[in-house]
Amino acid sequence: MEDIIVSENLRFHYTNEYDEKAAVTEVLKGINISIKKGSFTAVLGHNGSGKSTLAKHFNGILMPSSGKVFVCGIDTSDENRLFELRQHAGMVFQNPDNQIVASIIEEDVAFALENLGVAPKEMRQRVDDALKAVGMYEYRYHSPSQLSGGQKQRVAIAGIIAMRPECIILDEPTAMLDPQGRKEVLKTIRRLNREAGITIVLITHYMDEAAQSDRVVVLDKGQVVFDDVPSEVFSNVEELKRIGLDVPQTTELVYLLRKEGIDLDSHIISEDECADAIEALFRTSNNNDDDKAVQAAS
Amino acid sequence: MLKDITIGQFFPGESLLHRLDPRFKIIITCIFVVMLFIGDSVWGLVIGSVFTFGAIALSKIPNRLFVKSIKPIFPFLIFTAVLNLVFISDGDVLFKWRFIKVTEGGIETSVYMLVRIVLLIAGSSLLTYTTSPIALTDALEQLMSPLKKLKFPVHELSMMMTIALRFIPTLIEETDKIMSAQKARGAEIDSGSLRARVKNLIPILIPLFVSSFRRAEELATAMECRCYNGGDGRTRLRQLKSGGRDFAALAVTCAFMGAIIAVNLML
Amino acid sequence: MSILKTENLTYTYSQGTPFEKTAVKNVNLEIEEGELVGVMGHTGSGKSTLIQHFNGLLKPTSGRILLEGKDIWENKTEIRNVRFKVGLVFQYPEYQLFEETVFKDIAFGPKNMGLDKDEIERRVRETAENLGLPQECLERSPFELSGGQKRRVAIAGVMAMEPKILILDEPTAGLDPHGRDVILGQIKQYHKKTGNTVLIVSHSMEDIAKYADKILVMNKSELFCYDTTVNVFSRSKEIEAMGLDVPQITRVFNALEQRGLNFGKQVYTVEYAKELIMKKLRERGKVTRC
Repeated sequence: MEDIIVSENLRFHYTNEYDEKAAVTEVLKGINISIKKGSFTAVLGHNGSGKSTLAKHFNGILMPSSGKVFVCGIDTSDENRLFELRQHAGMVFQNPDNQIVASIIEEDVAFALENLGVAPKEMRQRVDDALKAVGMYEYRYHSPSQLSGGQKQRVAIAGIIAMRPECIILDEPTAMLDPQGRKEVLKTIRRLNREAGITIVLITHYMDEAAQSDRVVVLDKGQVVFDDVPSEVFSNVEELKRIGLDVPQTTELVYLLRKEGIDLDSHIISEDECADAIEALFRTSNNNDDDKAVQAAS
Repeated sequence: MLKDITIGQFFPGESLLHRLDPRFKIIITCIFVVMLFIGDSVWGLVIGSVFTFGAIALSKIPNRLFVKSIKPIFPFLIFTAVLNLVFISDGDVLFKWRFIKVTEGGIETSVYMLVRIVLLIAGSSLLTYTTSPIALTDALEQLMSPLKKLKFPVHELSMMMTIALRFIPTLIEETDKIMSAQKARGAEIDSGSLRARVKNLIPILIPLFVSSFRRAEELATAMECRCYNGGDGRTRLRQLKSGGRDFAALAVTCAFMGAIIAVNLML
Repeated sequence: MSILKTENLTYTYSQGTPFEKTAVKNVNLEIEEGELVGVMGHTGSGKSTLIQHFNGLLKPTSGRILLEGKDIWENKTEIRNVRFKVGLVFQYPEYQLFEETVFKDIAFGPKNMGLDKDEIERRVRETAENLGLPQECLERSPFELSGGQKRRVAIAGVMAMEPKILILDEPTAGLDPHGRDVILGQIKQYHKKTGNTVLIVSHSMEDIAKYADKILVMNKSELFCYDTTVNVFSRSKEIEAMGLDVPQITRVFNALEQRGLNFGKQVYTVEYAKELIMKKLRERGKVTRC
């Protein structure tokens, strides 16, 4: 499949506007990643790892200090194509309140289309489609202050998908939500990925969200430290903890048991896999004739 | 608390009033205001009341909301009434105590004044209750659009209004929260001398400013990401369309206006 | 004697208006001194309203709140002292910072208490140290700090009042796993060192399971239960039905129980899960190492 986002040796530093000689803070130190069209990628990293800075490069909010970023074949540093880029790659931010512009839900969803000068009749259709896609159609006449955090975030997503983008980048969309809201938002983006084929880049520090994606990119100090399927990435329990991240409890249990010398597959992530593996431990020990699952170190 | 303020709030609905073109609603409201001020006779006020209450009934908005919108200005109403009562000395003196003299004319004027203000508030609340703030800004933007030729920033102004309206509830909630947080640290917000009170506002205002700036910055980025580029070439989801019923409503309003003028001429 | 007690506590918002809503219904609760309590309940369950009663920010519509056996609303003018005894840290407390320096901001509460200069100085420095804020950062502007540091300054501002009861509303909201562990560790440390009562409101069952001795669960404006962590998680199915999460590990062990593999104990932390599995394996003679 073709790549929708490609970053080539992307470097980024903030410069002090008042004093050019002052120390520059290098946030991204040569990022090379490519994201496949239609995939669901999670970008993990602790606060300050550069993950949000990276996300902001994917739709031209920030420009690389050096290196290149291509999104849907558009060079993000080409200012003439900025609007085109932003239609292809929409962005959802952390604080649901600070990205809703209008006091009526449907008018907010229409905001981008109004800016792009879409004809009213088509706009109506696209706004309704977008609201239905995130399950907020019944709320179209509500005001944002009447909605929960999760609902507001779904409205923000609708505002992006109304542009019919190929790709949505979500910068910690669930960080300010309660568990209920987190579930709603994740379910929505997963459905958009599966049913509408929209490429998803999810920036997060919640391990359980990353565990369910196709691929996990882990950033630390502005560099990619892991880039693989979740089960491979999470098998590096010690390394992840060292860089201030966590692993799902299932993976951690397996890790602790393995440390005790129990032979378990280190790639276990889901609850079912974990329960299966533990059950298998005891089933073999009940049969008592086959010890291969349990090998105690002495 | 702060959340109870209802002026300027919109109550979604499908009534005739909700469906009227907001541009016409603004014009009608303007006529209505003029109507109230030229109709300073009993009949004038009766006609004004019929118009207001008729409109309220048509809006299908619960009456208690109008009562609620008048509540905050109640002290002001009393003040105006008392002022009129005391300072107008027309007609027979009904009551006298030291230099205070209550006359028939005074009572009449203060009652007229009261009725007028109440009608004015109720009528103009009706405009904001039945019109979404955005529709209202759109309408104002369009009504003012001739000013664009004079380089007046009509679109920018209406965008500012839209955002302000959007963030008022958010900021009110935030103020409540910051106040509670500072109270929990022993801040005294509503006691002490005037100077102390002003000083006590600092722990509330500074966090509020800081967070407003942060919000503004984030909102600006989010707007850019949704291709916002000023007013040029923008289309609108909701097209303001005027139809027969808008002209009919305007005609009815003009008829009421005519009635008031007629009453004035006859008396 | 319990340090905090509520008797038939009920709170109704906007009473007498069409927006009337009972947020807390008839809550009877007794919290013993020195406990570390986890408070859970989904958004709108009434938990935030409940905790704002504990320090007198809200006044009950009916019922009483007893702090050290005394009704906090008995004498209205004393309510400010209640706030010094029951410290409340709001959600995202860093948004309440306002002073020029970190020192002054932490000192705001103690200064309002009317303490003398030396005592304020001692408290600010001590609290900052306990929360891992370096002394040199005390003279900096709180707005220059990182997100995690700001959060700690805000928490320090309440801790420095040395309240008998410290209540924190989602102290880890929005933090990454490392920041979360650091702050929860410091709160636990504070609890151990001072022996004061601490209440932590959290959506993360995994955190509550790891740190709290007792758990208070609110559901639909009512107190669902207030009990030890083990007992509360033994009702994990009811808790899940409420729409709350239980720790992932608890769900795994519930699933195992359904498959007929019973460990006989309620599991809610990973460490404990490991111990149980190892013990059972040893019993079966499958593991020889001790």
